[in-house]
Amino acid sequence: MGDPVVKKFMYINRHAPCGTIYAVEGLEVVLIGAAFEQEVCMAFVDDGVYQLKKNQDTAALEIKNYAPAYRALGDYDVHKLYVERESLEQRGLTEQDLMQLTYEDEDDDWKEKPSLKVVTRIELADLIAEQDVLLNF
Amino acid sequence: MKFAIMVNEGPYTHQSSDSAYQFTKAALKQGHEIFRVFFYHDGVNNGTRFTAPPQDDRHLVNRWSELAEQHGLDLVVCVAAAQRRGVIDDKEAQRYGKDGNNIAPGFRISGLGQLIEAGIQSDRLLVFGD
Repeated sequence: MGDPVVKKFMYINRHAPCGTIYAVEGLEVVLIGAAFEQEVCMAFVDDGVYQLKKNQDTAALEIKNYAPAYRALGDYDVHKLYVERESLEQRGLTEQDLMQLTYEDEDDDWKEKPSLKVVTRIELADLIAEQDVLLNF
Repeated sequence: MKFAIMVNEGPYTHQSSDSAYQFTKAALKQGHEIFRVFFYHDGVNNGTRFTAPPQDDRHLVNRWSELAEQHGLDLVVCVAAAQRRGVIDDKEAQRYGKDGNNIAPGFRISGLGQLIEAGIQSDRLLVFGD
């Protein structure tokens, strides 16, 4: 066996956190996939940006609130989360409406750094073009 | 080329299973390799042999089973997604005390790691979904 293959994986989240199961089951793939030590990032576009909204409350829907699980992503070494600016703007959202997600950078004395990065649609297109594997949820 | 296929929607409700099937069949015909077909979300419903469509309609589950038999395809149904939706094999039926199983021939139930592995091992991963 040679060196293990490391590919660039991007998980593209396009659906709102509730209403369909895509966001929840997508997150399950990201968490399981973290064990494979690939180069991983996530993108949030369209209604997918709502997945990162602060203060989500699903009590009235009587379904489990998965939003806190996004805070664990940093511990799974998933810390490149790209949020499309146009999708935020179209929904009247700004970065201040989103959860503050951070990770500890092991290459920089475990400094706490932000995981979210707002990018334009054109920047996101370039990021998508760099990937080896795209998974859409 | 070595392809991996992901099917994310149920049969009949959505085109994705038909499209994935047609693509897989065409790719095999042209001599390409299909590393694995992975069924996720409602796509796991492609793996129940209890499916009984009208006789004048295509039988999607049987189509997948037949393709698997002819070409030794690896058809994998995600275990967590399948448990939620009542698609189980004999082992799962015993574990959860169910009175039977419904997994279709040629399909097997396994974990999400099989999807990630398929992404790593294949030249292209194609997602058929909504």
